[in-house]
Amino acid sequence: MMTPLYKYGFFGEEFSLLVAFALGLGFGFFLERAGFGSARKLAAQFYLYDMSVFKVMFTAIVTAMLGVTYLGWIGVLDLDLVYLVPTHLGPQIVGGLVLGVGFVVGGYCPGTSVAALATGRIDAMVYALGIFAGTFVYAEVYPAIKGFVNSDPMGQVTLPEVFGLPWGLVVFAVVMIAVVGFWGATKIERWAGSRS
Amino acid sequence: MNPRPDTPYLNPYLAGIGLGLVLLAAFVIMGRGLGASGAFSSTVAWLTNLVAPAHAQANEYMSEYIGDGSTHPLKAWLVFEVIGVAAGALLSGILAGRARLAVEKGPRVTTAIRLACAFAGGMLMAFGAHLARGCTSGQALTGGALLNVGSWAFMLMVFVGGYAVAWFFRWQWR
Repeated sequence: MMTPLYKYGFFGEEFSLLVAFALGLGFGFFLERAGFGSARKLAAQFYLYDMSVFKVMFTAIVTAMLGVTYLGWIGVLDLDLVYLVPTHLGPQIVGGLVLGVGFVVGGYCPGTSVAALATGRIDAMVYALGIFAGTFVYAEVYPAIKGFVNSDPMGQVTLPEVFGLPWGLVVFAVVMIAVVGFWGATKIERWAGSRS
Repeated sequence: MNPRPDTPYLNPYLAGIGLGLVLLAAFVIMGRGLGASGAFSSTVAWLTNLVAPAHAQANEYMSEYIGDGSTHPLKAWLVFEVIGVAAGALLSGILAGRARLAVEKGPRVTTAIRLACAFAGGMLMAFGAHLARGCTSGQALTGGALLNVGSWAFMLMVFVGGYAVAWFFRWQWR
């Protein structure tokens, strides 16, 4: 085991900020390449005639998931040292719903809005202002909703742990679901495209 | 005006592999995934701290992003990452001839209404992301690849929420 490099002390915090910039560079590049600097392209996911959001997201998830699985298997990556956001099911379910509505109303999510505003999309700039305003309001009301935000603490927990299944089986299932999903998404695109 | 036609977007599977490899690099190099909404929190905490320091530091949510004053609030990992996202997207957009000032909207909606919706959507998004402890990048993408329970619940609900209201807002796009 020698990675994650940062956790094994290969470099310090200052250098990690450079790494952050470099990783962001790649992230932003591929978001824009995929067409995710366009709200119309993103919103199309919810009108079924272009399912790129699903295809790109699940391909990325499968790629990174297989990557950590193989690197863990050959003993290069210590997966226990990779940070997991703690699970709080209640607020994460409500947060997901609210975010999904915000996605359709606004046309972006935070990451894609940055890609869009960087390429000159005025609606994305206004959207980012909305995020600032929403964050400010959230911070103001935080004391009142803190109880809910911190409810259902399950800690850092993975699907294999919760369902008592082997890691490999869950990984394999996710890959199969993705492959069937890609096939289905393309069918749906053709159907939705022929209707309009 | 755009002098030449836009380059077509990259095949979604190739773009997904590219994104996935960047995410994998983040896991291997940093031991953490990608994100976006956290950078907005840092910026809001920093701005509020400039305008009303007493208010910002008394706020439970913002004070975490401001810290004890030993480091600048903007000297945060996600802030640098998001600056990178902007630079990377701009690079790709220029190479593809897609970087230009424009409002993304369908033909049936006025610019004013589209921008009002963008602002409202941004506000909702901020609320959802903070409730969920992350957005599409920090939760769905990062946690999805790590088989994080909360991330998968979150991701499912993003699609449920989006599809539930999509019909009511379709005039915005087509």
